[in-house]
Amino acid sequence: MTRRREPLFGGAGRPILTERLARALRTGERPDSPPIDWIVLMPFFRHFAPRELGLAIAGFLFAAFATPVSAEPGKTFGAETFTLDNGMQVVVISNHRAPVVHHAVWYRVGAADEPPGKSGIAHMLEHLMFKGTDTIAAGEFSKIVARNGGSDNAFTSQDYTGYFQNISADRLPLVMEMEADRMSNLEFSEQDFLTEREVVLEERRSRTDNRAQGQFSEQIGAAQYLSHPYGLPVIGWEHEIRGYTYDDSLNFYRRFYAPNNAILIVAGDITADALRPLAEDTYGRIPAAEVPPRIRPAEPPQLAARRVVMYDARVANPEWMRSYLAPSYRTDEDHQAVALDILSTILGNGPTSRLYQSLVVDRQIATSAGAYYSGGSYDDTRFVVYARPRPGVDLEALETAIDEELAKLIEEGVTEEELERAKFGIQSLAVYSRDNLSTLARIFGVALTSGATVEDIERWPDLVEAVTPDDVLAAARLVLVERQSVTGMLLPEEEEAS
Amino acid sequence: MTVVKTRRFSPLLAVIAFGCLLIAGGAKAAVEVQRVVSPGGIEAWLVEEHTVPFLSMRFAFRGGAKLDPAGKEGLAELASGTLNEGAGDLDALAYQKAIDDNAIRLGFDAGMDEFGGTMETLTERRDKAFELLALALTDPTFDQGAVDRVRGQLLSGLERDTKNPNAVAQKLWQRTVFPNHPYGRPASGTIEGVTAITTDDLHQFVRDRLTRDALVIGVAGDVTAEELGELLDRAFGGLPESGPPFEVAEVAPAASGAVLIERMPQPQSVVVWGQRGVKRTDPDFYTAYVMNHILGGGGFSSRLTEEVREKRGLAYGVYSYLAPRDHAGLFLGGVATQNERVAESLEVIRAEYARLRDEGVSEQELADAKTYITGSFPLTLDSNAEIASRLVGMQITELGIDYLEHRNQLIENVTVEDIKRLAGDLIDPNSFTVVVVGDPVAIEPTAAR
Repeated sequence: MTRRREPLFGGAGRPILTERLARALRTGERPDSPPIDWIVLMPFFRHFAPRELGLAIAGFLFAAFATPVSAEPGKTFGAETFTLDNGMQVVVISNHRAPVVHHAVWYRVGAADEPPGKSGIAHMLEHLMFKGTDTIAAGEFSKIVARNGGSDNAFTSQDYTGYFQNISADRLPLVMEMEADRMSNLEFSEQDFLTEREVVLEERRSRTDNRAQGQFSEQIGAAQYLSHPYGLPVIGWEHEIRGYTYDDSLNFYRRFYAPNNAILIVAGDITADALRPLAEDTYGRIPAAEVPPRIRPAEPPQLAARRVVMYDARVANPEWMRSYLAPSYRTDEDHQAVALDILSTILGNGPTSRLYQSLVVDRQIATSAGAYYSGGSYDDTRFVVYARPRPGVDLEALETAIDEELAKLIEEGVTEEELERAKFGIQSLAVYSRDNLSTLARIFGVALTSGATVEDIERWPDLVEAVTPDDVLAAARLVLVERQSVTGMLLPEEEEAS
Repeated sequence: MTVVKTRRFSPLLAVIAFGCLLIAGGAKAAVEVQRVVSPGGIEAWLVEEHTVPFLSMRFAFRGGAKLDPAGKEGLAELASGTLNEGAGDLDALAYQKAIDDNAIRLGFDAGMDEFGGTMETLTERRDKAFELLALALTDPTFDQGAVDRVRGQLLSGLERDTKNPNAVAQKLWQRTVFPNHPYGRPASGTIEGVTAITTDDLHQFVRDRLTRDALVIGVAGDVTAEELGELLDRAFGGLPESGPPFEVAEVAPAASGAVLIERMPQPQSVVVWGQRGVKRTDPDFYTAYVMNHILGGGGFSSRLTEEVREKRGLAYGVYSYLAPRDHAGLFLGGVATQNERVAESLEVIRAEYARLRDEGVSEQELADAKTYITGSFPLTLDSNAEIASRLVGMQITELGIDYLEHRNQLIENVTVEDIKRLAGDLIDPNSFTVVVVGDPVAIEPTAAR
């Protein structure tokens, strides 16, 4: 079938291209100008799945960029929620357009909850969750789903681990039973563990070590956080992956996988009334377990601006980025997160944004420029500005120009016109995101695992609408502070010698 | 205005009747495909969906990057990036502000065989969206400054491609198997070609290629057939009826049997391979489709994933796929594995192709593949964006407006004998052109056989 775009080598195995394309389609930007470390912010999927990855990006962005609007206040998506006796939260987003469902379980555990020295073990466990239970043989889970006309995948981020199936609505009881089964009955062999560890090492090579940008992003992230585990890569450092033991994986599973630490999200051709007995009969039978409180090492005050300069033979064009520590929707004190969503849109989302207009169009010193903010995280997150210079422009000159734009913003704030455009763009996502069940579910999953309530999500549009130019200015002044930043430069290797 | 309605029922019910014992129930979804012909004679296929107030439209002009003139490789690509850089009385910024102010999503793309576009708009901004699209298609400015800016972005991307192992592998493979055909050139162009393109070339591209006789349109969402008819005229009515005819030769990929190695400093090698496949119009297409699903198209249900990843931990991703082009059929595959294990991986992979060629597939494998392919079909029709794209694909490949109704039967018709025959005739691991990009050990480049 003709896809939106079908490169000769399209299909599985090109997740990066898909991300760029998704962004390009969304923002109207050229596909060749992605933010540099997009991948770091993306959840890691169990296997290549370009379509799902694209949707994931949409959903992620939605949550990250803030959420949006509808005619009826507080009823943007019409989600219903209830809680099982064992503490498992259930969210239902009914949509009867097609007789299909997206069924997902999101655990409130991610890479930032790992024990020291075991970076990436949350992601490793996510892979092992497909290795069977006492009743389902290794590797059979996905095959059973496929034999029922469904597809499945899983993903891991700093704050969550999720598992989902897209399947005909009448198969929902089957996948609920299977998903509940592996919540408490996971079983895998030492050999399966060892083989999967090799797979994860290959995944790390593909995502990170084969790409200078991948390694660069990892270094920036590590420099941003002085103490908090968000500084560690979701997939894990290579030497720590090599050191995982069978028991490390199993211990992590036993510690965090319990119904009271999970959220069931079902979107599609189902109602809350119809789902409740199914949920009670599957997940509801699993006893609650004690789960450690979610307390990560906190960041100390960041007093010194950092610089990360990396030279690599695989770099064709230099890249520049700056990452600022920023509050998330959960950690902000006075609704700064929603203002930062608007700020990132005005500053750096698409061809009408300030950075693009200033650096790419007017000054003609960059081929791409932008900004993004990922507010849907449990702890303090990052606000990122990036640019790529035109040939012959050095990174210092580019940085000076960007600093001028940022200074102007902090001095003068944003205009009403800019604010209105950004608000309408963000709010339109409330309509567009309803086109896809996976996107809808992801909006809820990201927000709920980072501390929001269903009501918060439904009312998000009101929050967006209420933002004033002064709010945006205050948020900019709070976040765009040099001593809380990391400035990164990625350069071709030959420049090192000169 | 003519509206021909074709009612379609999702094949899920049929799937389940034909499926294995695990399948016991079923659901029915009606997706009604309408053929809409505007007062001005523009045709589109439409699926109405009024629950969410927006629409998705996909459109494509037959032609694409394969028609880029020699020495101007990248013309279609540069056009895709500059059509929305100012049109009519609007300069680039004014045009893009109009797009953003109305939350319209508009983008163009240059494929090898088609020049395409995608537009999504909220119902309340629909008139504006189609008006802006018309401007881009019929009266783009191609201001020199804007063109040079986008050109710079493309060149920057092409330079990065030279260090990107996936892009290097893809381009080297294409060049090797199609040495004397437009398919051997990258759709994204070349540095020399993109540098040479003028604004006159872009204007001529629009005149010659964005024509009504080459156009197909798919729409899904919150619009009626009557409303769409008017919108179609507004957006596409001003296009010229036809452009200069073109002819592109049929071609088969060179069956070189060569292993090419491009040394790059990285821990993991990116490997791609391929041989001739079947075109979309080939009577064996569905047999090939199911066969590929079993071999390497079905993720965790595929033989390649089982052997390469699950049993041996050699890779995170390994896959095969059919790439039917207008003038060639391709059967391609890829894997990424650490440099030390490239040779072992290729050996395992070639053995799986040989096993398929010699033994075919089992009844159980076929039944499982069919259950998935037919049962998951409705899942691919659950969004306006997907449906609009599918409607365009159906028109491009001339599948007929009722294709969605009988597609699953075409899958069900495939037998193990069909696959055995096709695998025996088609699959030839010795003919593979293999490209390895990385720093592999224990594998040497070989000359073409």
